[in-house]
Amino acid sequence: MAPFLLRVVMQDIEKLEQELLTQIDEMSDLDALESLRISALGKKGSVSLMMRGLGQMDPAERQTVAPKLNKLKNTVGEAIENAKAALHAAALDAKLAEERIDITLPVRPETTGRIHPISQVMDEITEIFAGMGFDVAEGPDIENDFNNFTALNIPPEHPARQMHDTFYLPEKEDGSRQLLRTHTSTVQIRTMMSKKPPHRIVVPGRTFRSDSDQTHTPMFHQIEGLVIDKTSHMGHLKGVLAEFCKSFFELDEVTMRFRPSYFPFTEPSAEMDIRCTFAGDHVKVGEGDDWLEILGCGMVNPRVLAHCGLDPAEYQGFAWGMGIDRIAMLKYGIPDLRAFFDSDLRWLKHYGFVPLDVPTLGGGLSR
Amino acid sequence: MKFTVSWLKEHLEYDASLEELSDRLTAIGLEVEEITDRAKELAVFRVAHVIEAVQHPDADRLRVCKVDTGEEVVQVVCGAPNARTGMKGVFAPSGSYVPGTDLWLKPTKIRGVESNGMLVSEREMGLSDEHDGIIEMPEDTKVGASFAALAGLDDPVVEIAITPNHQDALGVYGIARDLAASGFGTLKSLDTSSIDGKFKSPIGVNLNFQNADPLPCSKFAGRYVRSVKNGPSPKWLQDKLRAIGLRPISALVDITNLVTFDLGRPLHVFDADKVKGDIQARLATAGETVLALDGEEYKLDGDACVIADDANALGIGGIMGGELSGCSEETTNVFIEAALFDPISIATTGRKLGIESDARYRFERGVDPAFVEPAMEIATRLVMELCGGEPSEVVIAGNGPDWQKSVELRKARVKELGGIEIPVEEMVMILDKLGFAPEESGEVIKTTVPSWRMDVDGEADLVEEVLRMHGYDNIEPVALPTENAVAKPAVNAQQRRVRIAKRALADRGMMEAVTWSFLPRVHADLFGGVPDEIVLVNPISADLDAMRPSLLPNLIAAAGRNHARGFADISLFEVGSEYHSDQPDGQIMVAGGIRGGQTSSRHWAGSGRKFDAYDAKADALALLEAVGGPAGSVQVVTGAPEWYHPGRSGVMQLGPKNRLASFGEIHPRVLEAMKVKGPIVGFEIYLDNIPLPKSIETARPPLVVSDYQFVERDFAFEVDADVSADAIIRAARGSDKKLITEVSIFDVYQGDRITAGRKSVALSVRLQPTDKTLTEEEIDAVAAKVIGSIEKATGGSLRQ
Repeated sequence: MAPFLLRVVMQDIEKLEQELLTQIDEMSDLDALESLRISALGKKGSVSLMMRGLGQMDPAERQTVAPKLNKLKNTVGEAIENAKAALHAAALDAKLAEERIDITLPVRPETTGRIHPISQVMDEITEIFAGMGFDVAEGPDIENDFNNFTALNIPPEHPARQMHDTFYLPEKEDGSRQLLRTHTSTVQIRTMMSKKPPHRIVVPGRTFRSDSDQTHTPMFHQIEGLVIDKTSHMGHLKGVLAEFCKSFFELDEVTMRFRPSYFPFTEPSAEMDIRCTFAGDHVKVGEGDDWLEILGCGMVNPRVLAHCGLDPAEYQGFAWGMGIDRIAMLKYGIPDLRAFFDSDLRWLKHYGFVPLDVPTLGGGLSR
Repeated sequence: MKFTVSWLKEHLEYDASLEELSDRLTAIGLEVEEITDRAKELAVFRVAHVIEAVQHPDADRLRVCKVDTGEEVVQVVCGAPNARTGMKGVFAPSGSYVPGTDLWLKPTKIRGVESNGMLVSEREMGLSDEHDGIIEMPEDTKVGASFAALAGLDDPVVEIAITPNHQDALGVYGIARDLAASGFGTLKSLDTSSIDGKFKSPIGVNLNFQNADPLPCSKFAGRYVRSVKNGPSPKWLQDKLRAIGLRPISALVDITNLVTFDLGRPLHVFDADKVKGDIQARLATAGETVLALDGEEYKLDGDACVIADDANALGIGGIMGGELSGCSEETTNVFIEAALFDPISIATTGRKLGIESDARYRFERGVDPAFVEPAMEIATRLVMELCGGEPSEVVIAGNGPDWQKSVELRKARVKELGGIEIPVEEMVMILDKLGFAPEESGEVIKTTVPSWRMDVDGEADLVEEVLRMHGYDNIEPVALPTENAVAKPAVNAQQRRVRIAKRALADRGMMEAVTWSFLPRVHADLFGGVPDEIVLVNPISADLDAMRPSLLPNLIAAAGRNHARGFADISLFEVGSEYHSDQPDGQIMVAGGIRGGQTSSRHWAGSGRKFDAYDAKADALALLEAVGGPAGSVQVVTGAPEWYHPGRSGVMQLGPKNRLASFGEIHPRVLEAMKVKGPIVGFEIYLDNIPLPKSIETARPPLVVSDYQFVERDFAFEVDADVSADAIIRAARGSDKKLITEVSIFDVYQGDRITAGRKSVALSVRLQPTDKTLTEEEIDAVAAKVIGSIEKATGGSLRQ
C-alpha cells in the first residue's frame, strides 16, 4: 500500500472514532444505542469491516494499523457500555420518580380484635396462683341447693341466705329446686367430695345474684381459692394472699389489713383490705391513708369439711374469694361495671387487650 | 349500727383517741364504716355578740350589725327579724362553709353595704328546718365559744358494720364488752337490780301455740306501770336518739328505742287502757290484719306470730307494734313488753311482709335469751325516772329456749389453725372477758357459751374469738410450702382450649364479648328453645328469664345495640356456656361468633365486601386448627340448625354423630324477630366435642420432603349446579391417593355461557412424586384417572 493510502486509512480510523464517540454521546435511548453498537461493532459494522481489511495488509502496515483499530474498537465499546449504564441509571431514576407514592396515606383497614378485660384478668390471676402450685378447677353454673348452701354451712333459714339473692329454677316433683350458683364456693364442695386431699385449687367462673344497680349486675365473676391439707393455717393464708397482691398489682410491698368478718363456710373468717389512695374516680393501690376491701377469706369451717366427708380432726385448710370484675375495674381504672356486659364495640376496643398479650409469670402479667 | 362516743363511754371506761377507738373496732371485726364528727364540721361556728344593729339605709328588711366575734369586730348585713343590739348569736366568718345552704362565705356588699360573714339560723347550719330567725344564745354565753360544744354536738357518731353472727354488738353495751375483751378499756357494770312491784298486773300474759316447735314466741314478760305522765323525753335522750338518726316521739316510746340500741334488746309499750283483757302471743289466723305503727295495714298468714288481746291482734310480734294500742301523749297507764321471738319465724314473717324494723333486725339474728328480766327492770327504772308512775309485779309466760352450751378449746388449736403462738393465760383472759367462763383442764380450756353469743357452737369459733381479740394483724404471713418439685400445668386440656380459642378469634379481628347467661325466652325459642326446667322462677327482669341455649342470640342483640350507635361493621365472639338442662352435663362449652356489615370500611384502595357464610366457615376452620382439632379432615355438610339460612349454612362433623361446629348466614326470620338488620353470619364451635390432640410424640410424624418437582394440571368440568365442590375435590383426591397431594378449586362459573342448571368448576391438581420425575405418559395417565373419577362421581363432563 502506498504510504499516502496508509495515512488515509489512519485518518479514516481517527475520523470514525470521532464520529462514533459523538454519536454515542448524543444517544438518548437504549434501542438507538443498541442499533449504533451493531452498526459499529456488529459483524457488518463499520469497525468490524475495517478490522477485516487488516487481512489484506502486509505485516508492516498491519503493525501500524492493528493497534489503532484495536484501540478504536475498545474505545467505542467502552463508550457504548458507559452510555448504556448511564441511560439505564437515568431510566431507573425516571421510573422511581414516577413510582413515588404518598406514604402518609392511611394503611388499608385491618380489623383488630380484643380480649375482654374479664378474660385477661382471669388469666392474670390464675397465672399467679399457678406459680404457687394451684390447679384451675371449674364447676357448673346451675347448681343444687346442697352445693351452694347446705354443704357450705348455710342452712335454709340462715340470715346469710338473705345476703345471697338467689336465682331459682322451677321446683321439681320431689320439692328440690336447682339454682344459679351465687358464688364459686360450690366448686370447693365438688372438689372435696370427688377427690382426696391435698387440694390446692383456684376456681374462676360466672356467678349470679338477683341484684342490679349502679354497682351490681345479675351476673358477675368470682375467683375462689382453696387449700386443704393437714397443716396449712392462717399464716399461710396471709402469705398466699400477700404474694398474690404483690404480683397482681405489681408492687414490691403492699400493706394489708385482716379484719375479722363472718362467712358461714369459714371459721375464723376475715376480710382483707389493702392500702390505697382515692383521687377523684381513680384509686391508687398500695399506699395511702385509705383501705380498700379486696376479698373475703378464712379457715375452712370444720362443718364444711364434715359435709364433704373429710375428718376435721385430720384435715384443715383455708379458702378465699374475690370479684374478678371489681378487681379488673380497680387495676385498669374501668369506671362502670355494667359496661362490661354491654358489648359496646368502643368499650371493647378501649378496655380490651390485644390477643398476643398473654399474661405469663416469666414475660410479665400486665401491660 | 350507730352510736356516739359519749354513749360508749357510759359503758366503757377508756382513755384513747377517736382514731385508736376506730382502729380497734375494725381490728376486732366491728368494721368502722363512717365517723361523723359534727364538732369538726361546725368548728367555725362560734358565739358572737351583736354590739349594734341598725337599719340598712336602702333595705327595709335588712339590718347592719357590728359583731364582736371575740377576735375582732366585723360588719355583717343580716336579714333576720330577731337580729338586734345586744343579742348573742352564732357567727360564721368569711371563708366558712355553710352546710345548710351549701355555700362558701366571702366578703360581699349587700345593697351597697359591706358584709363579712354571717349570723346563722339552725337551717343554715344544717341542724333543723328552723329559719324564722338567727339562733339566739343565752345572755351569759361566752363570746368566741364553740357552738357545737354548747349544743352538745361535739360527740362524734361512729357507724359500724355488723356481721350476721354479731347480734351481741347490736347494742352499745355489747360493743363496749367486745372492746374491753380486746384490752381496750374497762367495762362498767349494768344496774339490773329488780324493782319491787307494788300491785298485781291487771293484764295477764299467755303463750298460745299448739304443737309449735320451736315456739314462735318462747317467753313473754310484761309489767303494768300506772299513773305515768308521757310527753316529750328529756333533751339528753332526744339528743342521743337524734345523733344516731332516730326521731324522738315520746318518753315511753323513746325508752324502748334507747334500750334497743343500748342493750340490743327490743321492747314494746302498750297503752294499757287500750288493751282488752289479757295479752297473748299466738299465730295469726290466715287473713287477719294488723294496722302497724308505720300506718300500714298488713294482712298476715297463719305462720305469723301476733301479740293480741282478748279481742284483736295488737301487733306483729317482734317486728312492729300496732297503731291502735300504741302509746300517745295521753297515755297514763303503760304495759311494758319484753318478749323473746324465734329468729326463723321473725325472718320468715318479716320477709313476707317486707317490714324492716330495728326489732326484726335484732330478733332474726337472735336476742340474748337470758336478758328478758334484766331488760324489764332497766326499762321500768327508765319509765319511773322519766314518766313517774307505779310498777306492778312482772308477769311472765314461757321459759325461753334452751340456750346453754359448753364448748371445749384444745389449747394447741389456736396455733394449729391460727399460725400464731398465744399464751394460755391470754386465751383464758380473753374468753373470760367475753363471758365464756373459761376453765383450764389439762390440754383444753372448758367454756360455757354466754347467752348473748348464740353463734358460737364449736372449737373453731373459740379460736376465732381468741385470734380476733389478740389481733389478726399479729399473724405473720408464711409462704405456702412448694408442693411439686416439677412444675405442671394449672389448666387441663379443655381449659387450655378455651383460652386458646379466645385469643385465636381475637387474633382474627373479632372482639371478645361477655354477655349474660340468660336471655328473653322468646329469643331462646328462635334458637331451638329451652326446657321449662331452665327458665328462672325469679328473673331480674321478665326479659332475662331463660338460660341461653346458644351464644348467638345475645351476640346478635349486641350487634343490634351497636347498629343503633351507628356501627354497622361487627365482629363479635364469646367463649362460654350454653345450657340445655338443669344438670351439669346440660351445660356445654361453646365458642360462638358473629360478623355483619363490610369486611373493611371504605378506603382509598377500594372498599371491603360484605361478610358471607364463607367468612363464618373460615372462622370455624381456623378455630378448629388453633385448638388442635381436625381442621383438615373434618366433613362439611349441610344440615345446620334452624336458626341458620337453610341454603347458606353447614355443619362440620366427624361422622354423623359428632358435630364439631355449625356455621353460616343467620336465618333472616331470626334477625327479623330480633329486629336486627342483616345479613349476619355466625358460627358455633362445640369445644367439648373436638377430640383432644394426640400426645406430643405422635402429634407430628416426621416431615418427609420429596427431592422431585411436583407437577400441576388444571381441569374444568361442567356439572349439575347442585353438585358440591366437596364431592369434586374428594373424587379428584381419591383417583390417586399416593400421587395427588393437593386439589384446589380456582374458578366456579354459572351463567349465560353455560347450560341453565349447570355450572363450570375449574380445579388444579398437584402431583408429587417421591421416587422419580414423572414422564408425560405417567402424568397423562393420572389426568385420565382424575377425569374418570370426577365424571363418575358427579355425572359431569370435562369441558373441552
